[in-house]
Amino acid sequence: MIDIIATYAAALSLLVGSGFVLVGAIGLLKFNDSMTRLHAPTKVGTVGIGMLLLGSMIDTFISGDTSIHELLIMAFLFVTAPISAHFIAKVNIHRRACDTPPAPPRDSTWSTLDSPEGESQ
Amino acid sequence: MTAATGVMEIALIIAFLALALGQIMSMIRLVLGPTVGDRILALDTMVINGLGLVVVLGIHQGIQIYFEVSLLIAMLGFVSTVALARFVLRGDIIE
Repeated sequence: MIDIIATYAAALSLLVGSGFVLVGAIGLLKFNDSMTRLHAPTKVGTVGIGMLLLGSMIDTFISGDTSIHELLIMAFLFVTAPISAHFIAKVNIHRRACDTPPAPPRDSTWSTLDSPEGESQ
Repeated sequence: MTAATGVMEIALIIAFLALALGQIMSMIRLVLGPTVGDRILALDTMVINGLGLVVVLGIHQGIQIYFEVSLLIAMLGFVSTVALARFVLRGDIIE
């Protein structure tokens, strides 16, 4: 009885994961701005692959030898996805592919701004 | 049990199809991508989709060795994404 329930749970988590993968890929293809496109594929990395790994864990539980090694991959992806997204956002800002941040207010409290007249920076 | 196994087989086929479609769409974005950031993002998504394909293949064949393969793919994908982004940002990977 519990095997049948576990098989249905594994199939359900596989379907949810593949749905998130598909939605992320469609968002990567259809959005119209670099920073907006950055939003969609992060769901593929966290929720989509997380649900596929959950289905894999439930499947090993069905077949007898339960393994929770997949939690390692899940934790690694959850840690590294924001870091790579941050780096790609920095690349977008660096290449001016988005609205650049506003210029800082022009105050002269910094010592490097108080250079004497006639002296080049 | 046979009905549950049939549902599992259909779910595996749907997962394979979704991952392959996602791979194709990321490849289209990799070719189109107007900026460098889009191309790096598309490559990162392709690596993650390949990881999902390996995981689903491991469920389909019931072999434990695919766990190590997917862990290696996850680590290499992260390192290559960070290396590409750092090369665009700094002009050098290891300073």
